[in-house]
Amino acid sequence: MIRPSVWPLLLALGGCVAAVQATPLGLPPVPVPANNPQTDAKIKLGDKLFHDKRLSADGKVSCSTCHDQAKGFTDHRRVSQGFNSLTGTRNAPTVINAAYMQTLFWDGREPDLEGQSRQPFINPVEGGLASHDMLVGIVKKDPEYIKAFKDVFGVDKDGISVDHIAMAIASFERTIVAGDSPFDRYFYGGESKALTPAQVRGFALYTGKARCVSCHRIEQTQALFTDNRFHNIGIGFKSIRGKEDATAQAFIRDKHHGANVDVTVLTRPNMSELGRFAVTENLTQVGAFKTPTLRNVAVTAPYMHDGSLKTLDEVVNFYNNGGRVKETDPVSGFQSGGIRPLHLTDQEKQDLVAFMQALTSPAYAAQARK
Amino acid sequence: MNKMLNRRGFLKQAGAVIAAGSLPLSLVEVAFGKDEPANFTFAYISDSHITHIKGREFVRNWDRGLIRAVAEANLLDPRPDFIFYGGDIAQLGKPEELDHGLEILAGLRGDVHYVMGEHDYYLDLGEHWKKRLGPDHYSFDHKGVHFVVLNSILTYDDWTHNKWPTAAERMHQMARLDNPQGSPFLVGDAQREWLKQDLAKVGKDTPIVVFSHSPIQKIHKGWNFWTDDAEQVQDLLKPFDKVTVIYGHVHQIQYNQIGNISFHSAMATAWPWPYPSTYRQVETYLPKLTVEMNRANPFFERDATGWQFINLHTGNVDMNYLLPDNTNRVVAFDTTAGRPVDTRYQAVANRIPPQNHY
Repeated sequence: MIRPSVWPLLLALGGCVAAVQATPLGLPPVPVPANNPQTDAKIKLGDKLFHDKRLSADGKVSCSTCHDQAKGFTDHRRVSQGFNSLTGTRNAPTVINAAYMQTLFWDGREPDLEGQSRQPFINPVEGGLASHDMLVGIVKKDPEYIKAFKDVFGVDKDGISVDHIAMAIASFERTIVAGDSPFDRYFYGGESKALTPAQVRGFALYTGKARCVSCHRIEQTQALFTDNRFHNIGIGFKSIRGKEDATAQAFIRDKHHGANVDVTVLTRPNMSELGRFAVTENLTQVGAFKTPTLRNVAVTAPYMHDGSLKTLDEVVNFYNNGGRVKETDPVSGFQSGGIRPLHLTDQEKQDLVAFMQALTSPAYAAQARK
Repeated sequence: MNKMLNRRGFLKQAGAVIAAGSLPLSLVEVAFGKDEPANFTFAYISDSHITHIKGREFVRNWDRGLIRAVAEANLLDPRPDFIFYGGDIAQLGKPEELDHGLEILAGLRGDVHYVMGEHDYYLDLGEHWKKRLGPDHYSFDHKGVHFVVLNSILTYDDWTHNKWPTAAERMHQMARLDNPQGSPFLVGDAQREWLKQDLAKVGKDTPIVVFSHSPIQKIHKGWNFWTDDAEQVQDLLKPFDKVTVIYGHVHQIQYNQIGNISFHSAMATAWPWPYPSTYRQVETYLPKLTVEMNRANPFFERDATGWQFINLHTGNVDMNYLLPDNTNRVVAFDTTAGRPVDTRYQAVANRIPPQNHY
């Protein structure tokens, strides 16, 4: 199996085996929760769970179905396809560098990878299992899993829970980090020739006229290319335009009567467009979605929470039009301040796209060339 | 503290407003007697400062602020009984600005009551505003509460009528802060006499809610956070059990209690005031008690702006501030303390310190 470029170094520390990851250029150390430390055995277990298609209703869907390493840990589909070829409402975000996200899912409805990784198994348009008990039941049928859970968590067969499964997958996902892009070598490594002249021009636009850096942030010593916040940039609102109030009211009514948010937002297209509001019920966050990282963006098409933009050229055009696909489209009333027409020239648009192509890590460079 | 918010009214609205994790579920239901005024909510939008450039062009940022407040207010469920607009639709009082602002406000679902701001007034002395919206001072009763609207941004006749070569110059002078040629706001003799007559018909136990654009209290003269005859207006309100004054103008959250009168300010949809000292382009002086607006990134044009909905229960006002790109706040009447308090940030330890660098 092909691995991400940075693979954990194993260090024996006082008899306890701990997986310590070298930090790629341009990234901070991976944050690891105190209650779920990284170990090699746990990462290996998470890797197996991540790729195990048995853990779905039709036995054909694993995490890696929608987060395929060969596709930049995405699926290159507009929206993801789960068991029985059912489709949801949202584009699969890459797992690469998800370890740094302060909230998970496009609407941030889970606070960490442990919370996120357990949900798709039981979502009716993803893994399709009826319950976490059913998931645990499948795992328990495999003697290799029973041994691995014993080794990693010290639990016997009856002690295995969905928490353990989620923790193992989260640990695996924390190893899928990637920096070392041409941009990192240019900006943090002092290699002035690492970027092409077009990319250098694009970088100046990125931090200047094109206003990208305000949300897709670059810091002095590292860059996650996200602010971990939620913004309504104008994507998707057309589908609920004029129906925002009815959609929001119906959603709140359902939620307060016990409807599962994870299920609702992936199965009801209009309600999906409520974005962060679905989680916080805050009127100022209607249609707001999490800022995704731009690292490896050249290999994770299509774009936006609904996968509605096919290429980076389309993305740049969208922003250039002030959050509109076409210049003549209406602007969402809920649009975040900061999104406005940019008046970029064609050359400037090309330079911006060139800059984004400089954010690809070595492990995914071959995919970008396809 | 637990009593200051009405659980029923609050929770009905809470779903629409309060961020997860901050729902004060320990609030208790406040019991009401038969003769108590009913509970209800209304929305309040203010200070949009729509600015005309030329032809059909207006400053986009201010347009977007008002458009967004209207869009969000239209999602309130259950619907507010009505909506107030707190003044300064326009920046320089032009008919184009007032008309454009009112076109956006026409998108609001529900009845809207308007308050006159100085930016609406000093070009044509309120003529176009009144033509579109009617009288600049009026009163009405709603569910046991007496509402009064004042035009508090008048000033001394000599300044208004004899000092300036053109109406536009007069408007520009009144729009400036820290202006040595400025003049303090007034409700004035005529309106105070009208108010006296109006209140004479109202029982002393009827809750009174007064709307003015400028604060009917004296905060900072240099910025006209000031009404020169504030004390005389307050005197007329003193005999009543519960009085609340809600004002715009200041573009920031303020609350105060003077005797029986609670004061609340509203946020602007246009821009925050004051900007943090670190963001200032020129030297200015801030009043001693000013809390600088915490606007971490000027890119987010709506940060430190907002609008509010108001929960009115047992005659008291709870201000719910909706603050895009920031954390919503609730300033509610604390029946124990007898004054409005910020429900979350009152304790010093809970406050978010203002940024001190960019």
